[in-house]
Amino acid sequence: MPIPLLLLSDLAAWLLFGVALAYAFTASRREHLRAPWRRVRQQPVAMVAAVILLAHVGITLLDSLHFAPQAANGTEAEPEPLSVLDFVLTPLRTGVETSYSAPFALLGFDRESVLQADGRVVREYPRLRYGGAHLRDPAQRGADILQRGALGAAAGALAGLLLLRLLWPAQCRPWRRRNDDPAGRAAALTLLVLCVLAGLGGALATRYHVFGTDKVGMDVLYQSIKSVRTGLLIGTLTTLVTLPFALVLGVAAGYYRGLVDDLVQYLYTTLASIPGVLLVAASALLLDGLMTRHEDAFSSLIVRADLRLLALCVILGITSWTGLCRLLRAEALKLRESDFVRAAEALGVRGPRILWRHLLPNVMHIVIIATVLDFSGLVLAEAALTYINIGVDPGMESWGNMINAARMELARQPAVWWSLSAAMLWMFVLVLAANLFADAVREAFDPRTREATPSARPAGT
Amino acid sequence: MMGYFVRRLLYAIPILLGVNVLTFALFFLVNTPDDMARMQLGERRLTPAAIEQWKVDHGYHRPVFWNAAQTGVTQLTDTLFFDSSTRLFRFDFGKSDAGRDINADIAERMGPSLVIAVPVLLVGLACALTWSLAIAWLAGTRLDFWSGVLCVAMMSISGLFYIIGGQWLLAKLWHLAPISGYADGLASLRFILLPVVVSVLASLGGSVRWYRALFLEELGKDYVRMARAKGLSDARVMFGHVFRNALIPILTGVVVLIPSLFLGALITEAFFAIPGLGSYTIEALQAQDFAVVRAMVFLGSLLYVAGLMLTDLSYLIADPRVRLE
Repeated sequence: MPIPLLLLSDLAAWLLFGVALAYAFTASRREHLRAPWRRVRQQPVAMVAAVILLAHVGITLLDSLHFAPQAANGTEAEPEPLSVLDFVLTPLRTGVETSYSAPFALLGFDRESVLQADGRVVREYPRLRYGGAHLRDPAQRGADILQRGALGAAAGALAGLLLLRLLWPAQCRPWRRRNDDPAGRAAALTLLVLCVLAGLGGALATRYHVFGTDKVGMDVLYQSIKSVRTGLLIGTLTTLVTLPFALVLGVAAGYYRGLVDDLVQYLYTTLASIPGVLLVAASALLLDGLMTRHEDAFSSLIVRADLRLLALCVILGITSWTGLCRLLRAEALKLRESDFVRAAEALGVRGPRILWRHLLPNVMHIVIIATVLDFSGLVLAEAALTYINIGVDPGMESWGNMINAARMELARQPAVWWSLSAAMLWMFVLVLAANLFADAVREAFDPRTREATPSARPAGT
Repeated sequence: MMGYFVRRLLYAIPILLGVNVLTFALFFLVNTPDDMARMQLGERRLTPAAIEQWKVDHGYHRPVFWNAAQTGVTQLTDTLFFDSSTRLFRFDFGKSDAGRDINADIAERMGPSLVIAVPVLLVGLACALTWSLAIAWLAGTRLDFWSGVLCVAMMSISGLFYIIGGQWLLAKLWHLAPISGYADGLASLRFILLPVVVSVLASLGGSVRWYRALFLEELGKDYVRMARAKGLSDARVMFGHVFRNALIPILTGVVVLIPSLFLGALITEAFFAIPGLGSYTIEALQAQDFAVVRAMVFLGSLLYVAGLMLTDLSYLIADPRVRLE
């Protein structure tokens, strides 16, 4: 019986999910909070992006349920904790080859010495242990891929249609002739496409290495899927860390003015004046030192990598709250002159209560915009930081680590391009979805664009 | 106006002091000189005497904040914090932990960094402004739509992809430029081509979108309608009115870019093996050479504060209504 295991970052991921759910629940019951989201809901592009993002959230949550598997009989070493996602992806996780192999390859990428049946040793491309191992005749590969792919895609499509039938409200199912909800239809179609892709991947990945394998023979598709959690956690947790600093300090500075304002302004100017990477790098270095000195405090590699991930989020958060803080301060400066704050003051409401009841709800739109806008930048930053060795733990699956490991292999003849392309492509899809969604959110929440859009077009064109 | 700048200069002092205290705390209180000595000396030569000797050699043997052994003011001044801070303010960065003279290193490496960073800034600005002005003029057309799509796509691509893709395509396949490296003088032209193209491309999407929004905001204002009603040509409206008025936020953005140029240069320089300050910092980080990192942090924040003052100055030039009091 596997024992459930709660890593700190799992806790953070579920906590974040809970916060998001709580927000959704509150927002759904208040008209003024619902209105901007309804505007987002009406945009097909935003809905497509939202479905893609939600799929990634699903992967992250599945990957955040860890358990400790029981040690196999006869092995002394304690097995590393696994997540539910690992369990689902067992064929990918355990199908480890010896070294590189191209996508859908049957043979390894490098020649190896192979012992022939008659005792001779020949240098040749070895047959992969798992990739296409079920094929007797290599010539069948094309037909087999087509057959499996078609079956998988059909199964995926069927599952998608069933899902739509169950989940989607009747009036925006994509197959309805009269459809007055293009956004809902776009979302439904995206879900269908994702299901087909999942079916396709599921059918092919069990028998082939769809994205090839890396230097130590790990399946690249498996690594890419595992990297989703790292990227998503960095993108969201970091913002969560920045929020208390930015909110409390920014709003307080704007409302109280005077000495508080001076202090807060001094604090964020000082922090902002240090080049961000250097601050992150310095903190990461110190963390490294700290961790090596307390090596024995970590029960396993995964716990260590996990802690490092969390620490990276905290470091990134502490170094990047200044921009949002400045915005919130400016907004609070404006709000403190408004009639409702004046009225509250005249009625004798105390400062902290004004901050909490009157200012905070009125700056939340800025917070939401900043959160979604920052996300994509943070996902990209992870890769860049990992490249200069101050990002996530080298043992953790992340797109940065994948790129880092594959970077030098482009120079080979022929080039090893799949690992790099897979990481880049996946990152591109996620960040593109995040950017498009962020655009829609900004447009819906920003009071300026809401009123300015019709007249923003120049008269002449 | 002079008074304004003097005040800004004075205001910079507490900020730099704050930066100094922060980096000092980061580097010395969390990572004590003993740890540093252990790291630099390695496990083999590790004796208490060797650690003491290393600390004396590198000036880390004194107390951190308060020297009880001295009397009077020297109790404060003969300490690690005071000494290293005053040295930073005198731009005397001393020796790196590996024993090299930091000042000489910085002077030597500043050239290559500037050779990359300045063209990136100028070419990038020129490209982004041209593109966004043209697109703002064509706003609402199909071309505008597809340019928007292209910009979002460009923004969503990782900077690493531009670098790796650029190296692969331009250098390896087309042999237009060397993959990496650097040479002095005119020969450097060959080497800076690729990093400049890559860095400009990497930041183009975001800036074009932002500038376009700024231009459109100006285009929607009454004075533009007035100018058109007077019968001014599109070119006069765009360059004479819209461009000048949108320049203020653009200038702010450009100066905000200066510290992040530093960031971009960090990774670009490392990838293209350019012996500039960025790769210097990365090398120091990887060798855990804190003396160098501290010096670079100090220089970075100094540049940032200088950038803020330059922004104000540029407002004065760009907008005759601005008065600095």
